[in-house]
This record gives sequence, structure tokens and C-alpha cells, in this order.
Amino acid sequence: MLRPVMTWIDERFPMSKLVREHLTEYYAPKNFNFWYLFGGLAIVVLAIQILSGIFLTMHYKPDADKAFASVEYIMRDVPLGWLIRYIHSTGASMFFVVIYLHMFRALLYGSYRKPRELLWIFGMVIYLCLMAEAFFGYLLPWGQMSYWGAQVIVNLFGAVPFIGPDLAIWIRGDYVVGDATLNRFFALHVIAVPLALLGLVVAHIISLHEVGSNNPDGIEIKKHKDPKTGKPLDGIPFHPYYTVKDIFGLVIFLIIFASIVFFAPEMGGYFLEHNNFIPADPMVTPPHIAPVWYFTPFYSILRAVPPMFGSQFPGVLAMGGAVFILFLLPWLDKSPVRSIRYKGPLFKTSLTIFVTSFLLLGYLGLKPSNIWGQVGSADVATLAAQLCTVLYFLFFLSLPIISRLDRTKAEPDRVTS
Amino acid sequence: MKSTLIFLSFLSFVGLASAAGGGYSLDRANIDASDAESLQRGAKIFIDRCVSCHSAAFMRFNRLTDIGLSERQIQQYFITDDTVKVGDTIKSAILASDAKTMFGVVPPDLSVVSRSRGADWLYTYLRTFYKDEAATTGWNNLVFPNVAMPNVFSQEQGVLRAVHSTSGQSGLTLEVETEGSLTADAFDDLMLDLTNFLVFMGEPAAEKRKQIGSFVIIFLILFAFMAWAVKREFWKDIH
Repeated sequence: MLRPVMTWIDERFPMSKLVREHLTEYYAPKNFNFWYLFGGLAIVVLAIQILSGIFLTMHYKPDADKAFASVEYIMRDVPLGWLIRYIHSTGASMFFVVIYLHMFRALLYGSYRKPRELLWIFGMVIYLCLMAEAFFGYLLPWGQMSYWGAQVIVNLFGAVPFIGPDLAIWIRGDYVVGDATLNRFFALHVIAVPLALLGLVVAHIISLHEVGSNNPDGIEIKKHKDPKTGKPLDGIPFHPYYTVKDIFGLVIFLIIFASIVFFAPEMGGYFLEHNNFIPADPMVTPPHIAPVWYFTPFYSILRAVPPMFGSQFPGVLAMGGAVFILFLLPWLDKSPVRSIRYKGPLFKTSLTIFVTSFLLLGYLGLKPSNIWGQVGSADVATLAAQLCTVLYFLFFLSLPIISRLDRTKAEPDRVTS
Repeated sequence: MKSTLIFLSFLSFVGLASAAGGGYSLDRANIDASDAESLQRGAKIFIDRCVSCHSAAFMRFNRLTDIGLSERQIQQYFITDDTVKVGDTIKSAILASDAKTMFGVVPPDLSVVSRSRGADWLYTYLRTFYKDEAATTGWNNLVFPNVAMPNVFSQEQGVLRAVHSTSGQSGLTLEVETEGSLTADAFDDLMLDLTNFLVFMGEPAAEKRKQIGSFVIIFLILFAFMAWAVKREFWKDIH
């Protein structure tokens, strides 16, 4: 029954060929561990966001006078609207959880190294798009944090020398964040960025399947092929082995996801901020404006850099630089080995310091800068953020040197478990 | 195992970050979302006392059916105006412009006030009004200094006055100047009912959410066992 149908399709579209190339005959290393779940999870979260987003769009009104009320309408009057909304708001934060862990995996096992530089670049562009997507989407509920968060971020563009003020007006479509801004952010959030994201994800996966997956040992499985079949000895077909494994991982992830959606949708004010239940009011500035948690490491870097020559621009540059320096990673790492398993103490120490600084920056970005009191006239938290900012950049800048000096271990010939 | 531990430490970091608070230390509102009688009493106080100035523009009267009232009871006990239908949202009795002249601000809509303020804040706020001749309305509040709202419950609570002391928070403690019609405990209970209702109104679907959630989690856990068994079966021949 199915065979004639497949034959009919295959004569007109390379269906079986695609399934073979990307699933049943895509050979992935057999030693994937926990960290290799997050790429697949990211795709699932993307699907969840698109599906829940479509249903939200059916009821949401991108109008400064109606937006806040339409979200409450979804929460109260749309059947199971609250569920769709919580799935979408939880999905936004969980997307970043998954992506940060996915990126950290690349750092651990050197997945960005040759020949996977372009794969890494596609991934970084996806990350940039994701940040834009989250930023545009966060304005839509039109609460106080939506409004003032957008105001602060758009003003950053205003700090660019010469063209800044005009640039900020061009982005907002008005002199302040208003109805025009809400409408364009809606357009960007529901069509422009998702479209780019989907294309980039396809490019990311095609690129991955072209060069093959890295693994926790950081060695090429293509070096040892079965002389008869030509298949890698340490590779196993993605389907069924990794599909069944990923489904198990996915269900565990969904248990965490559902626990948040059903039992703690606000996540203590970190996934849905308390102040965002107050409708946007351009006349009342909240005393403490903090972005959502996934932006706070970069927000901390912005705050840590003092204004120079009466301009905030150096801080903006540092913040932008903190993201863009990640693009250079494939060319900064000169180590003879890829995986942390065979790297030396210098890299391990450096990576630990980097991760600690990043987490601490994230924490400090959530808090007012006077949280740890003062020494002299300086805030302790600001000094800590400045130190962490230096350490953050130092990880990248020192990488070409320490990766050459480091005492690495010999890579094994074949993958270990 | 080691990688799982690293992942868990990520999660505990998030937990740590959510533990901090600040400002006036609030009394704990020991509310029970499953106590229908408390919610109904709270709803009655809300409609009788709060709606004279505040609206709840996203809350429909007939949503009170979620706390065990019938539409007939709602019509009979909660709606005084014949032109208001049971499917309407809760509007305030006062015009926004009149309120602005009287209090200097338009009293905020209370539909989701519990979600921005939290139950403990509301419970403490409602009970810490004190007489202050310097304020325009003659009233001030410990958790919301210079608030534009007067104490609408002074009949029940009595009149409190703030006395400077070293033991109280922000250097103030409240003392009873005139007794109210309720004892302090009875008044606290009344405000607890009101807080309970405000929290319900902030998210009427909350109870349903938790009910559905339990089934979803049970289903997923069963699914996880099956997915694990399938995985183990397939991976038997991989060494």
C-alpha cells in the first residue's frame, strides 16, 4: 500500500533520498551524551513557539489601547487561552535555557573547530535572531516592563555617534515607544524574524549533516570506516538510535516544561515579571528596570562600562562586542585537540572562570547596582560586574595563547564511551 | 552523571536568584484558593466596598460561577444596577474624572493587581492604614507611603495611629486610637478573604491549571518510562 505511494512521490520528489541522507543513513557518533540533547530540543521548542504563537495571534490585538486587554482576554475568555499563553511565555525562556546549554556544549567539546566554523556561524546568527525575536515579542503584552524595557534598549541605539538619535526614531517610528512601535514589533515578531529563523535552522542542519556531528571526544569518526560498507565504524544511524534516545530526553524536558507551565508559570517573576501585569504607562517610569533573565549578562556588561566623553556608546560597544566576539571563537582556539577531555588545566581553568563570570553577570543584571552596598563612592556590585566583564573578554582574548601553551593529552584513536 | 550535576547547578542558580526580596517586610497571607466560602465573602466585600472607586475591567461577573455561585445568585447579590448583565465586566461606580479630582489619581483597575503586587503585599497593605493629618485624605499607609487612598475599612478596623518607636519597621508602629466594630483577629480574617478573592480574580483559571497539570505530569511520567524502555531495547546492540 505504502510502497506504490512512495514510488510515486520519489519519481517526483527525492523523499526517500532525504530520509536516507538525514535520518536512516546519517551516521552520528555513538558516544553522544546528555549535552547532545539540546539541539533537538531547540527545534522542538521552536515548533512549540510557532504553534502556540499562531493561536495567540488569532486573539491578540497589536494596538496600544487594546494590547494589554487582549492578553487578559486570552487569559480569561479564550478557551484554554491561558494554557496557550503560558506555553508561549515559558517557551521563550526555555528556548534560551536550551540554546545556552547547546552553546556551552560546543564550548566543551570544541564543536566550532574546523570544519564546523560555518555551522557555528549559522548557530550564532540563529542566536542573534532569537534575541531579536525575544526582544520584539516582549513588547507585545504592553505591560510596564515591556514598555520600559523596549524604551531602554531602543535608546541604546540612540547612543551611536552622529546617527544615533535618528536611528532610534527610525526604529521606534515615533519619538517615544508607542502604537507605531508596537505595530512594527508585532510584524517583526510574527513574520520577519521567524521566517529568518526557520531558514537559518535549515542551513544549520544542512551544514551539520555535510560535515558530520562532533562528539565528546572531539575526534573525527570518518577516519575509521568499514572497508566493505564505507560507513564509519563508530557511527550509528541517527534513526532509529538517536530518534528514540532524543524522544526519551524530550519527554524528560517536557516534564520540566509542563511543571513550569502548570505550577509556576511566572517562575517567581523571572519568566513573567510582576511589573508586567501593570499596563504600560509612558508617564510613570518604574524605579528598577531590568531586562528578562536571558539578556541580563549582556545588560550587566552595558552597565559596567562607565560613560566616556559624556556618551553611553562605549557601554553599548562592549555589550555588542560581548556577543560578536563569540563569532570569532573558531579562529581563536588554536589547541591541537578539540574536546575538553583532552585539553589541559589552563583551558579548564579559563572556561570555569568564563562560565562563572557569565552567570554572575547574569545575576547582577537582574539586581539594582547598589545590592551589595558600597566601598567609598563605588557600588560593590558594579565593581564585581566590571571585573566579570574583563574576565569575560579575557577568556576570548587569551584563548589563542593558552590554547597553544596548554598541556594537552593525546586524543584516542577511536571514540570512548 | 557529572554533566547532570552541572545542569542541576544551573537550575539551583536560577532558584537562588529568585529568593531575594526587599522593602517593608510583609505579613504572610495564608490564603486558601480552594476555600469557596472565603472567596465568596471576599467577592462580596470587593463588590460592596472596592468597586465604588475601582474597576475590574477584565473580570466578568459570571466568572464568579468558578467560586461556587450560580448566575442567579450573582444577579441577586452582586449586581445592583438593572442595566448590568451577568456577562459584563466589573466597572467602578465613580467616573474616572471625578476620582481624579477627589484623589488626584484615577484609582487603578484591580483585575490583575494580585499579580503585580502579590498576596502578602495586598494583605499587609489593607491592614496598615493609619491616621495622618498631613496627608490629603487624612490617611497614610505603612507599605505604600503617601497613598492617595483613604482607609475604607476604618469602620471595621477602627482608627490606627503611627507611633515612633525603635522596635517597629521604618521606625513606626501602629497603635489603636479608636476601636472598630470588629476585633483585630476578625478584621484580619475579613482582609484575608478579600486578599483571597483578589488573588482568584488575578488568575481565575489558576485552580483549573493545577488540576490539568497533575494529569499532564502523570501522563508524561508514564510516557517517559515507555520512551526509556524503547530506547533501551534499541540500544542493546550498541557497544
